[in-house]
Amino acid sequence: MSTISGAEALIKALEAEDVDVAFGVPGGAILPLYDPLLDSSIRHVLARHEQGAGHMAEGYAWATGRVGVCIATSGPGATNLVTPLADALMDSVPIVAITGQVPTWAVGNDAFQEAYTTGITMPATKHNYFVTNPDDLPDVVHEAFHIAATGRPGPVLIDVPKDILNAQMTWHSAATELDLPGYRPTVDGHPRRVKEAVELMANARRPVLYVGGGVIKAGGSEALLELANRTGIPVTTTLMGRGCFPDSHPLAMGMPGMHGTYTAITAIQKSDLLIAVGVRFDDRVTGDPTKFAPSAQVVHVDVDPAEIGKVRTPEVPIVGDARRVLEQLVEAWGSRQQPDRTDWIEQIRTWQREHPLSYDQQPDGPIKQQYVVEEIHRITGGDAIVVAGVGQHQMWTSQFWKFDDPRKWINSGGLGTMGFAVPAAIGAAVGKPDELVYAIDGDGCFQMTSQELITAAEEGIPVKIAVMNNSVYGMVTQWQRLFYNERYSASQLGSKVDYVMLAEAMGCAGIRATTPDEVAPAIERSLAIDDRPVVVEFVVDPEEMVFPMIPSGGSNDEVIVAPGKTVVAP
Amino acid sequence: MYRTLSVFVEDRPGVLARVASLLARRGFNIRSLAVGPSHEEGMSKMTIVVEAPELEQVKKQLHKLVNVVKITELEPDRSLEREIMLVRVSAPPGRRSEVLEIADIFKATPVDVGHSSMCLQVAGDPGKINDFLELLRPFGVVDLAKSGRIALARELKGKESKLRAVN
Repeated sequence: MSTISGAEALIKALEAEDVDVAFGVPGGAILPLYDPLLDSSIRHVLARHEQGAGHMAEGYAWATGRVGVCIATSGPGATNLVTPLADALMDSVPIVAITGQVPTWAVGNDAFQEAYTTGITMPATKHNYFVTNPDDLPDVVHEAFHIAATGRPGPVLIDVPKDILNAQMTWHSAATELDLPGYRPTVDGHPRRVKEAVELMANARRPVLYVGGGVIKAGGSEALLELANRTGIPVTTTLMGRGCFPDSHPLAMGMPGMHGTYTAITAIQKSDLLIAVGVRFDDRVTGDPTKFAPSAQVVHVDVDPAEIGKVRTPEVPIVGDARRVLEQLVEAWGSRQQPDRTDWIEQIRTWQREHPLSYDQQPDGPIKQQYVVEEIHRITGGDAIVVAGVGQHQMWTSQFWKFDDPRKWINSGGLGTMGFAVPAAIGAAVGKPDELVYAIDGDGCFQMTSQELITAAEEGIPVKIAVMNNSVYGMVTQWQRLFYNERYSASQLGSKVDYVMLAEAMGCAGIRATTPDEVAPAIERSLAIDDRPVVVEFVVDPEEMVFPMIPSGGSNDEVIVAPGKTVVAP
Repeated sequence: MYRTLSVFVEDRPGVLARVASLLARRGFNIRSLAVGPSHEEGMSKMTIVVEAPELEQVKKQLHKLVNVVKITELEPDRSLEREIMLVRVSAPPGRRSEVLEIADIFKATPVDVGHSSMCLQVAGDPGKINDFLELLRPFGVVDLAKSGRIALARELKGKESKLRAVN
């Protein structure tokens, strides 16, 4: 019988999982894999840094809902992947990372470019594998994709020593029956619990649907819309869940939490029932958890049983896939009449009227980031995948972009990884070549991973990157202004960088806007260029701060809605 | 407070490291940990004694490990707990009989006798083993090794089993 190498088997196994693209950087230990990759149907996108490759795989997964794949060599290649793996674990992004390892006989001997990859990545992955026999490769790859994509999605790493990649094996397809006795995610919610939840929903006077990333991952947006329409319950979407419920819907209240809308924050505080779906009561949402939604009963739906009761003990716990449980809730609700909750809806309308998100763009003043976000939304008609890094620009994009569809918003939520936007946007654009991908990045973030624009230029990936240049780490500066007596330690970036030149040096188009009237033309020009990536630098106001704001660990009953103006919940 | 977990896992490389690292990450001190084959081929049983106020969250986190199949918290009055200890005590010829007398009470067996010391083996309830050790201390304990606790749930009998079935 003819044999093939472990590397060839690994490629065949990836093809069997319908992998169409892999993002990576080669190196000594992984070289055997890169050779058969040349003959494969899998497109390889050569990143300029393994962290970039990892975030590209994440961006691809966010945008498509499929498993993203990244490849790195041993040692520094693998350690450079740790940040994207940890990011994907926090935000439940399905990716599979393949790393080369020094040959089996050298493992543990401090060989050149050796790192204990499976040990280092153990707490940064959902699961990982160290392959010691080439015959195991088909099953390992199949399991890895299954684990990454099912249950609560997440990153899986496969570490393969070089001699295993070079060894010969007889090809066989992966076993159809997975042998994973310890891994059986629950899909359907318990019918009795579903019934209990519907009873609470029917009787609550001030209910709120608090929904997040889990709904997007499960493809549950339609079921959520149906449930909200039938029950008339207002909805708040977390940072990770923006787009799972349309912002244009009359029941939409925007984002909760530290920089959420006053309405969403206060509605949760005053609610008597929280229906939490695909959310994890993150500290950025709850503030002081002992003061969060103090009079609410809680229904908590999550596919990960460990999330239920972790922060808040729910009255009705429902373990299951968000989409499936939402469908069950819709079904159990049936054709019930909506209870009369006019007072509650009126109250919400009043809060919305009294405390809308706001900013002040003077025609001859400095550019406000919020204005740029709104202008990009207006000019693109909102028809774009929006990608953000971490910080002020991320919060403003989440606040001021109107998200109406799932998988149109990509950002780093849980880990808060600065530098996420540029590579994630590239990954999204590779996964969705027919869609406009517009990254909105801060200058601090941009400087962390901007070299990946070379990848975009060389590969012909036409992403647009708006760089909000305020010459500071904006969120750090904001905190120093508010909580550290305006002592700006290590947060001022200076203003020597010429982003237009930098963009052009990397093979991209560079555009700059320095005044409010230049904003719209700059965006128009960025959209007119389609033969290379575009960087648009917006020179923005460094003084602007993100509001509303609840200081870290504070009570959600006290919202700073504007500088010096705190509104205490009624 | 000490709690005993019985963790049923796939017998694969790295599983012990995953379980131990998860407990360490939560800041729990592992008092004792014993691993060995279980009643099923390819599966191992870990008995872990940890110092923790409550284990609900840790049990759920352990469950997230792909190779962990089942976790049971064993309550002391509803389970059998056993340990084995090898202990070397100073026992010159003149004191041997004294040591052996105590050993006899605890059904400990002498497994090695030398000129100046003696090695005893004792198995059983962890409390009993500790008592035995305390009685040996005045003689001079030279060295000791404990297996770590292993435990199994008792079969529920009578009323209790019916009550459990309903719950």
